[in-house]
Amino acid sequence: MKILSIIAGVLMGAALVYGSLDMPKWGDPHSPASTHVSPYYLQHSIEHTATPNVVTSVLADYRGYDTLGETTVVFTAGMACLFLLGKGRKRQGK
Amino acid sequence: MIQESDDVIVKAVARLLVPFIVVYALYVVMHGHYSPGGGFQGGVILAASFVLLGVSHGLEKTRRRMSEKAAMVLSSIGVLIYGGIGALCLILGGNYLDYAKLGKILRVTPAEARSLGILGVEIGVALAVMAVMCTVFFAIFTAEESPEDYRSLE
Repeated sequence: MKILSIIAGVLMGAALVYGSLDMPKWGDPHSPASTHVSPYYLQHSIEHTATPNVVTSVLADYRGYDTLGETTVVFTAGMACLFLLGKGRKRQGK
Repeated sequence: MIQESDDVIVKAVARLLVPFIVVYALYVVMHGHYSPGGGFQGGVILAASFVLLGVSHGLEKTRRRMSEKAAMVLSSIGVLIYGGIGALCLILGGNYLDYAKLGKILRVTPAEARSLGILGVEIGVALAVMAVMCTVFFAIFTAEESPEDYRSLE
């Protein structure tokens, strides 16, 4: 059984490595990610948002809905922490 | 529960550092348009000032400046600012989070309105992240404050 799981793990790893061979190189200017919307954002960020930092303009403006979700995730995580660890919860048997 | 430190050096250095950490956090939030930074980073730095105050001056003194209740309310307000700005754009006739429509009430060009909208949501994010970090800090360090612990001390 242990040998079987090792074989399965190695096969899975080999499949993942084989799949990653086709990935475009890091920072490749001709990769799909760099030819679709990225040039548009880089060229129009200043005239659209008057923000020199393209990272900020993409994060909070072009992809603002995503950042709203991130903020909500942080908020939800904090509330979950509070409910799990916070004071005021009733202990059983007390 | 963290008690106040007995070490005068720790307390003095923390007291000196906290204002500068707060100013630096505000700089990171406000300067996110021009340099690396923004709401998430600035909020965490802001929370770090409260954590430093907590570990050096004890939780009692920190609670006077930021109570658990205030942290909860502030985290909600932060998310509300973000969602509220988005809803405001919706009311002004644009898409959700389309800050260009804010120019109608701010009386600036659409590009500047989007810049100000980014700043607004960054402030909301910073508030939410700061308050959530404070909430987690308080929750972790007051979790042991239960009646059993007090009884075992007696």
